[in-house]
Amino acid sequence: MMKKNDHKKSWIALLIAVAVLVVVGLLDNLPGKIVPSMLLTVLQKGAIYALVAVSMNLLNGFTGLFSLGQAGFMLLGAYTYAVLTVPVARQASVYQRYPGGGLGFSITESLSGAMGQFGLLLGVILCLILAGCVAGLFAWLIGLPVLKLKSDYLAIATLGFAEILRAVVQYDKLGPVTNGSNLLYGFTGFTDFHLGSLKLTTVMPFFFAGLCILVVVLLINSTYGRAFKAIRDDEVAAEAMGINLAKHKRMSFMISSFFAGVSGALLAMFQASVQATAFKAAMTYEILLIVVIGGIGSISGSVIASFLFVGCSEWWLRFLDNETILQNFGVKVKFAVVLGILVVAAAALGLWNMKRKGKKLIIRAAQGRPTVNWGPVLGLGLVLAALLWDVWFVISPNLKLPLLRSGFRMVVFSVVIMIVVLFFREGIMGDKELWDLGKKKRSAKAKAGAGNE
Amino acid sequence: MLKIDNLKVSYGGIHALRGISMEVPDGKIVTLIGANGAGKSTTLRTITGLVKADSGSIQWNGSELLGRSIDHIISQGIALSPEGRRVFADLTVLENLKIGAYLRRNKAEIEKDLNWVYELFPRLKERSWQLAGTLSGGEQQMLAVGRALMSRPKLMMLDEPSLGLAPLVVQDIFKIIQEINKLGVTVLLIEQNANMALKIADLAYVLETGNITLSGTGAELLTNEKVKEAYLGKRKD
Repeated sequence: MMKKNDHKKSWIALLIAVAVLVVVGLLDNLPGKIVPSMLLTVLQKGAIYALVAVSMNLLNGFTGLFSLGQAGFMLLGAYTYAVLTVPVARQASVYQRYPGGGLGFSITESLSGAMGQFGLLLGVILCLILAGCVAGLFAWLIGLPVLKLKSDYLAIATLGFAEILRAVVQYDKLGPVTNGSNLLYGFTGFTDFHLGSLKLTTVMPFFFAGLCILVVVLLINSTYGRAFKAIRDDEVAAEAMGINLAKHKRMSFMISSFFAGVSGALLAMFQASVQATAFKAAMTYEILLIVVIGGIGSISGSVIASFLFVGCSEWWLRFLDNETILQNFGVKVKFAVVLGILVVAAAALGLWNMKRKGKKLIIRAAQGRPTVNWGPVLGLGLVLAALLWDVWFVISPNLKLPLLRSGFRMVVFSVVIMIVVLFFREGIMGDKELWDLGKKKRSAKAKAGAGNE
Repeated sequence: MLKIDNLKVSYGGIHALRGISMEVPDGKIVTLIGANGAGKSTTLRTITGLVKADSGSIQWNGSELLGRSIDHIISQGIALSPEGRRVFADLTVLENLKIGAYLRRNKAEIEKDLNWVYELFPRLKERSWQLAGTLSGGEQQMLAVGRALMSRPKLMMLDEPSLGLAPLVVQDIFKIIQEINKLGVTVLLIEQNANMALKIADLAYVLETGNITLSGTGAELLTNEKVKEAYLGKRKD
């Protein structure tokens, strides 16, 4: 019975996966300009960020180890992949500052030369695995001293190691391999994949990231995953059950780094170039943001949040970084009206939520003076101020939109994470998964049934 | 049989156990009573390997346990239900029980024992999909005992199972301990609730500041004047 149900579930999951790949493939190949190219960018980068967010969640959300080294392991993966796949003919120009640099061979080039597209796929898979293995190996080395630390100390140490890795890769003496602080480019990317005349540029990141996330999901639901969660909940009790703490923490750290390495390699394929300066702590911060918004301890949350985040940062919130001057007074009025409606809607939503929870602005006690609920009152004050400002904006002669300038996007993101941490600590999914949502309803029904007996 | 001989344990210069010797014969309920800080929990933690001993020996059916890894000791058939229950709050009841069987590989046997634990604690079966953190204190204690049973122990060590529970629930727990013992599991029980513990114990030891000061059958110690005065709350007139 149980077995049969499981089979059914895996078939459904497979069908959904195939459907997603087909849809993405269609978006890739629709003629003309129907599909905005930004959508494809968001889909590709979103899939890659989903993988690295899931890998971070495995460590932070499921094993309870707070590590901030993700960018460092991505860097290792990206460089390993790039170094192994720069075509021989292009190595002279890529490594122009280091004459004789480069490996003198390219795995993907040799394999695709021998077996065409299949060889290319094989080569890329091989190099992705190698990229993950290098990251995993370094995780093992770093883990030896670092995993003895707990919580914040572990975070600080891993952050430090990531920064060290970034510096080491740019070291001049390693130039013949890593090209020092210069770009690595020309290696195999997603655009090299096609079936006949069908483009597979967006399908490939979905395929690779999806496969890796599937492995993580299977791992989390296995005996090992249960052991990780036990360590997260109570180390002492887990140890008393015979779970070897050191071994399992190391395993989780290495697996997480392995997938961070793979996602780093995928990011290199997506960008078609690699430079160490991109893998800063800010990148880890972005990934942490995704994990927190999605819900710490939820794989599907990380995936959803990753697409949302990439969509916002690359596309929907881009305008925040551009200085904008409105064409005329009419456009300004329209803008002000829309802004006003948004502010009023937000306030109404907040008030409705308060009513639902039975909270009041001013709490009248039976005795004594009534107390003021300062949080919402302050919020209403802000709303009022925003509306007043809106009116002033319409009256004033200035046509330039205030605040919008380079860097404002990051300010908005920072405000968003503050709001999430303060008011929606659970994130989008909490520690639930998409596929648990149905189950919860069922078990609630079962409980209600049991209560009636 | 578990045989402890001249066991000494210290935490950074502070002597927790100053050379205790005791025996836990197969199939019996043995209890260790004593005040806070006497070294009761340390004894159990040393047997499991969670704490390293300075010297002495712990023999389990003739083989030395000191210096062996925790997973080795647990796979030898020794289980610990730790003080304060320590269930995995964010895991379901079922997951908690499965972690109890972490070192076992035979799926059919694990399934069998799961059903056995559910028979012992029907309440756990009702709540098998509930998160352990949402259970009541008594249910959590049942889960802690059930989790320890999932490793199919020959020796079950319970660290203060009555801690913070209502008297009626404590009675239930003690009934279950006796039931488990009747099924052939040796029990080593630590208790503040000396009265209850001595009533069900075949053999009892009194631990005071790292030394064993008294031993005997449960019934003997129940009537012992010193024990009465110090642990059962009866004053001499």
